[in-house]
Amino acid sequence: MKSLLDELWRDKAGSTGIVMVVALILMAAAAPLIAPYSPTTQDLRARLAPPVWEDNGSWKHILGTDHLGRDVLSRVIHGSRVSLTVGAAVVLIAGTFGVILGLVAGYRGGRTDSFIMRWIDTQVAFPGLLIALIILAVIGPSMLTVVLVLSLNGWMVYGRLTRGAVLSVRQTAYVEAAEMVGCSSVRVVFRHILPNLTSPLLTLAILEFARIVLAEAALSFLGMGIQPPATSWGLDVATGKNYMFRAWWLVTFPGVAISITVLAVNLVASWMRLISDPQEREKQFARQMRALRKKHAPQGLQETPSL
Amino acid sequence: MRFDAGRSGFWGQHRMQVHAVEDVSFAIMSGETLGLVGESGSGKSTTGRAILRRVPLSEGRIFFKGCDITHATASALRPLRRHMQLVFQDPYASLNPRMRIRDIVAEPLVVHGMAASSRAAEAKVIELLHRVGLPPDAGRRYPHAFSGGQRQRVGIARALALNPEFIVADEPVSALDVSIRAQIVNLLQDLQKDLGIAYLFIAHDLAVVRHISQRIAIMYAGKIVELAGRTEIYAKPLHPYTQALLSAVPVPDPKIQRVRRRTTHAGEPPNPLDPPPGCRFQSRCPHRTGQCRLHPPPLEDRGGGHFVACWNV
Repeated sequence: MKSLLDELWRDKAGSTGIVMVVALILMAAAAPLIAPYSPTTQDLRARLAPPVWEDNGSWKHILGTDHLGRDVLSRVIHGSRVSLTVGAAVVLIAGTFGVILGLVAGYRGGRTDSFIMRWIDTQVAFPGLLIALIILAVIGPSMLTVVLVLSLNGWMVYGRLTRGAVLSVRQTAYVEAAEMVGCSSVRVVFRHILPNLTSPLLTLAILEFARIVLAEAALSFLGMGIQPPATSWGLDVATGKNYMFRAWWLVTFPGVAISITVLAVNLVASWMRLISDPQEREKQFARQMRALRKKHAPQGLQETPSL
Repeated sequence: MRFDAGRSGFWGQHRMQVHAVEDVSFAIMSGETLGLVGESGSGKSTTGRAILRRVPLSEGRIFFKGCDITHATASALRPLRRHMQLVFQDPYASLNPRMRIRDIVAEPLVVHGMAASSRAAEAKVIELLHRVGLPPDAGRRYPHAFSGGQRQRVGIARALALNPEFIVADEPVSALDVSIRAQIVNLLQDLQKDLGIAYLFIAHDLAVVRHISQRIAIMYAGKIVELAGRTEIYAKPLHPYTQALLSAVPVPDPKIQRVRRRTTHAGEPPNPLDPPPGCRFQSRCPHRTGQCRLHPPPLEDRGGGHFVACWNV
């Protein structure tokens, strides 16, 4: 555990990512304590106030206010709760379901494979947003239903990717060796195949996370997602769009928050990909050793006379 | 031990049946090495895997220690895996890159309930690594840290973990450097001497096969054309294909090599999708007669356990 932290500390990009993710989570958890105002408090006299560094900006509303005079900073802080939860929950649910079905399809092959893949094809053929809207209209929008609907729409891509990767890993000699040794198929799948799929799956999960945050925004914009007075980054970007030319800060700050989150998650994921691959890990270690040696080398060089 | 892998075939992609291997029949005694030689695509590996029940058989039977395992179910096969193992051709592909060596070697023990975890099997793992000539601290490392020869040793240690009585070695040295080959072959021989393991040694390198095998079977286009003792087959090859094969091996003496004549046979091996009636070698055989075109020659004993499938011997 300690060595893992050590390793993390040496990987600057990875540790930055972790710090950012932790900060974001803390911010979401402690939103009411940090935020200067409630996200719903309206200050109608200070409508569309610009951020503090612009003309007419004031320290009262550091990042400005929206068309109802609500503090943008407070809304960004509170919005993180919904955005992070929805993004993480959907990636987790859709990812687990899709990966398991992909593993089954790829490993079992034959009829099971055809059945699962045709199921995926059929579901992909439906326009996702439309289905989501219909379902939400029937069962009523809430955070839970948004998560469920987005998961329902998002698992297919994991299934397809996993199935394809399983098909190639399955052919490798080490999988045959595992079967020869007498491993059960569950063991083969989870010990030998799945660990070798981590890189593509992590990459996909990150891309999906960003997409989900935006998809939640789209649903919220259409009135079928997060319901006001609750707030999310996506919802703020969507409503701020109407004032984009008069008040750029309404779209910019929640948008920046989304970008920062995605960047942080990306950094963490690429670090995780590195440490989950023993070969990459060793390369990294060698690189650090070389860097260390270089650092100490100049003194040594001076001592030896040049010829 | 007796294997009767007759007519093993499998379904091709377009529902076309390819008889990759046909009428292959041989027996391997315990503690014996049978070399299986043939060119690429002749069905060597398919035969090896058919014996281990990795490839579905369309016909024929396989006996292991007197038991018919042709139709053993998957659950019946699992305990059998303890007795028959496979050593792979490509040592770079046969080890899971994300598992430590000790986990790879201990896995058979864990799977068969002989150890609770790879940690519990540590003593056994160290013993196995020692047996194949690897240092005990190799267990902590990942496969990529090892060379091809060392990886092949790991593969052998994994196969040995369950104390098998029979190992199919599928070209275990083809992917290795010439300098490493001898080491691995000697290791396999030492293990056989100590543990009495029987090998089916698949290879296309005649020198290696000669070194390790007691008996040698030559395959051509999915059939065994000749099967005899080592000295017998090298001294007195009867089948024209075997003769051509042996004449292709260079002799490490320039004077002799210069005057040697290679018997080469023009032509292509038959299309496995549509093999000709009669002898499979007819398209390239210099001695073919009318009978060769019509009837496949049976594999017959020509005295002293020297089997040949040819009408003209």
